Amino acid sequence: MDFYGFSPRSRLLLGTSQYPSPAVLASAVRASDCEIVTVSLRREAARLREGQDFWRLIRELGVRVLPNTAGCHSVKEAVTTAEMAREIFATPWIKLEVIGEADTLQPDVFGLVEAARILSADGFEVFPYTTEDLVVAERLLEAGCKVLMPWGAPIGSGKGLNNLFGLRAMRAHFPEVPLIVDAGIGLPSHAAAAMELGYDAVLLNTAVAKAGDPAAMARAMRQGVEAGRAAFLAGPMPARDMAAPSTPVLGKAHLS
Amino acid sequence: MTLIVNGERREIAAVNLAEALRALDYGDAIVATALNGDFVPARKREATSIQPGDRIEIVSPRQGG
Repeated sequence: MDFYGFSPRSRLLLGTSQYPSPAVLASAVRASDCEIVTVSLRREAARLREGQDFWRLIRELGVRVLPNTAGCHSVKEAVTTAEMAREIFATPWIKLEVIGEADTLQPDVFGLVEAARILSADGFEVFPYTTEDLVVAERLLEAGCKVLMPWGAPIGSGKGLNNLFGLRAMRAHFPEVPLIVDAGIGLPSHAAAAMELGYDAVLLNTAVAKAGDPAAMARAMRQGVEAGRAAFLAGPMPARDMAAPSTPVLGKAHLS
Repeated sequence: MTLIVNGERREIAAVNLAEALRALDYGDAIVATALNGDFVPARKREATSIQPGDRIEIVSPRQGG
């Protein structure tokens, strides 16, 4: 697994939003054992300086940051946000979101490809939030992306993997491209399912932040990701429609 | 002059973006800036003149998913 030259030990990426408090966020990040967290940029009020405190907390956690362009609905907005993020966070990484639809927060894949091309040409290392569409994926790779992040389900929905067939096809179609399921994960079983498909990593936020005990859920997600990865490497058995007895038939006593 | 700072109308005496940030009391805060929708790197703030009615966005690190 190679994210633009960085090979994380952990296959879980965690979002930093919606936690009950900074202390809970910190405990969840530690419990998840993740090495990469997503962050954003928002307006800063001079008298409040909320961003300064948040940034101090993240730096103390010693994790890499993957800044996002969340909430951007146009190529221009996304590109400008990425430029601001690169300066503030001092990283060429950008989780590129160009949102196309307000209810589903579905990516505008046309704008996404255009923004990815502009940013890649400008030296950014783009992690595009996309769908499982293979043609869009090809265009993103042509635009310079070396990682793809298809959605599992709409952001914040917790519905898991909505299109198993599509995700499986994407994995098969791009065996060498690092693929991260981003968004829609609600449970450790969803995270495990993504890893069992052979995905390289999982990015999630709400499922941990909104859990009753975020640190405990972060730990459970870590275990789900690890179990799914181990299962993928172990080679799962093929599924079948009819039963097949696991106990030998041969040698059974005739008792009727 | 009147500027629109993070969506709010503000009266500020400044001729460039760096002066505007100082006048707005951002001091040494870690922020990124955009002028009328275009990114302005920190090193170019002194050389970026501002006009009445300009829209300035000032952002900082925040929680994100």
